[in-house]
Amino acid sequence: MAKITYRQALNQALAEEMERDPAVFLMGEEVGEYQGAFKVSQGLLQRFGPKRVVDTPISEAAFSGVGVGAALYGLRPVVEFMNWSFSFVAFDQLVNNVGSLRFMSGGQFDLPIVFRGPSGGGTQIGATHSHCPESWFAGVPVLTVVSPAFPEDAKGLLKSAIRSNNPVFFFEGERLYGLEGEVPDAEFLTPIGQARICREGGDLTIVSGGYSTHTALSAAGALAADGKEADVIDLRTIKPYDFDRIAKSVQKTNRLLIVEENKPFAGWGAQIAYDIQHRLFDWLDAPILRVTGLDIPQPYNAKLEGQVLPNVERILAAARQLLA
Amino acid sequence: MVGEDPGVAVAEPKAAALSLSPDQQIALYRQMVRIRRFEEKAAQAFMRAEIKGFCHLYIGEEAVAVGALSALEQRDAVITAYRDHGVALARGTSARACMAELLGKRTGCSKGMGGSMHLFDRAHHFYGGHAIVGSHTAVAAGLAFAQQYENTGGITLCLLGDGAMNQGVVSETLNLVSLWRLPIVFLIENNEYAMGTSVARSSAGLPLVNRGSAFDMAGRTANGMDVEDVRASVAEAVSLARTEHLPTLLEVKTYRYRGHSMSDPDTYRTKQEIAEQKKNDPIFLYRKRLEERRILTEDLAKQIDDEARAEAQDALTFAEQSPEPDLELAFSLLFSPEDRIDPVPRPRYSDI
Ligand SMILES: Cc1ncc(C[n+]2csc(CCOP(=O)(O)OP(=O)(O)O)c2C)c(N)n1
Ligand SMILES: [Mg+2]
Repeated sequence: MAKITYRQALNQALAEEMERDPAVFLMGEEVGEYQGAFKVSQGLLQRFGPKRVVDTPISEAAFSGVGVGAALYGLRPVVEFMNWSFSFVAFDQLVNNVGSLRFMSGGQFDLPIVFRGPSGGGTQIGATHSHCPESWFAGVPVLTVVSPAFPEDAKGLLKSAIRSNNPVFFFEGERLYGLEGEVPDAEFLTPIGQARICREGGDLTIVSGGYSTHTALSAAGALAADGKEADVIDLRTIKPYDFDRIAKSVQKTNRLLIVEENKPFAGWGAQIAYDIQHRLFDWLDAPILRVTGLDIPQPYNAKLEGQVLPNVERILAAARQLLA
Repeated sequence: MVGEDPGVAVAEPKAAALSLSPDQQIALYRQMVRIRRFEEKAAQAFMRAEIKGFCHLYIGEEAVAVGALSALEQRDAVITAYRDHGVALARGTSARACMAELLGKRTGCSKGMGGSMHLFDRAHHFYGGHAIVGSHTAVAAGLAFAQQYENTGGITLCLLGDGAMNQGVVSETLNLVSLWRLPIVFLIENNEYAMGTSVARSSAGLPLVNRGSAFDMAGRTANGMDVEDVRASVAEAVSLARTEHLPTLLEVKTYRYRGHSMSDPDTYRTKQEIAEQKKNDPIFLYRKRLEERRILTEDLAKQIDDEARAEAQDALTFAEQSPEPDLELAFSLLFSPEDRIDPVPRPRYSDI
């Protein structure tokens, strides 16, 4: 085990998969000569050359489509968005083409493509740059949506995503890149669709994903001071999410709190809440609660942004309400 | 300098009134100095973490906004990207309102909601500060569409970066404004880089101004280090837009001295390149020219500089002492009140 950052973990995953398979290439803004806007691709241009580490103009719609075409033809593109908020100018490619081409062609084509980059707020870059579009893309039937919270999972899941024969939308976090954690030295893959148990407790189940997992863990720590212990489940994959793991926990705690950074309306937590109440109604001792981003665009002001994001205070309030 | 001979069909300009009175020349100089001092103050505030997020400075590019906006009338509309402090100041937004926005305060021109990249000032027909590259160019066309629709006689000036020229929406918009003969001027602030990518690495078919010729747009270039040249070129384009409804694509060659934003390590160009470019400093050059014309004395130059420094400091002090916005204010900004239909219930879905 070595202690590395989330950023380095992603970098290793890219390097290992590019080493392993010459069909894998990385494309995006500033990924090459600049070494990545957030340095995730540091050193890759030097190692793999400009054929496989491709700097693009600021043309997301076009280079996303180039990724789609290259994947149809048999390559395995990894397309970086400097920020997922910039992917919206490529929405047609992502939703219509990535979302339908295999199906509409009667299954003739594969789309082994990864779209990746940071999403979410917390760095005061304002409403246009702080989106959490995980749930929007999860609404497209064929898309796999992944959002690792820890370096180990960032590496293992990115490797799985690149080897998947299906399109994977991979959400990182600007606030996660510098996070350190133990990552195995030997080659490993983290399976898509399996959650991780980050903390165990019998009183309450907290389900979260991405950066919010860390906020949820802080809240669970504070809750322990009240004498209440929470199971904290980090989804890792948002779609398809690990229903069985959540169910097992809810059958133990009988209380479920979902923490998600995105806005509340039709966020992924709403789907989980629906599924749990539908299938485990008798196991619940309290209504399922969700703590989400507040229903407002992301403000620039620091104090406001802190209130808009899921925070420890709001998670604790919801947990106490559930446990009352 | 950009495209000596861009090979573009250039419509014959109306003779623009280019003789500037001494007062006007001093005013141009003063505006540039104001922006420079404001930006330096913003940089200091960023280093002290009073400003957070992204902060893109205009230092080196002052002559572009100042020259261009000096050619506009009050009824005209202005819209730009996220490198917007200088544009807002040149448009008339107070340094206090700008700085307070950079600090996220309630007294900021966007009430602390937008930050550095999202300055807005309706009273001055300044339609923002936009942070998704290229996105605002279509919005600009919409402003010009409305000006034409309402027959206001106003035109729209849209500033955009060299990098933005590669967004699909920009090509769509250029076609549309030419087809519809909208009263608009697109001004490319070609500062040679889009983040760390030079124009040559990002763009085929240089100079960029050539792209307008595909849509039969008037094309023009200007020296962005010369405030009078920018002013004259924009004035011609504005006159074409206002009187002939002919849109223009104008490429202005400039250079940013600082990193792309305050967070950019700026490793993609040499110190020597930057030093070389600083020899064309727009403020320094204009000062020399005005001194030669015996319009500016050393005393007056010093006075202008002192006033600009004082204004920037006053703006920062004002911003520091201003109150923060709160959630109540933030939620009050979401919806316009209805007066033509029954009120619409608007639950907050995040309330537990
Ligand atoms: C659609 C989109 N893609 C990427 C970005 C990230 N980004 C912000 S500014 C910038 C460079 C733009 O350069 P240019 O248009 O030349 O303007 P300059 O910064 O030089 O003024 C990039 C890539 C963005 N904001 N929006
Ligand atoms: Mg540029």
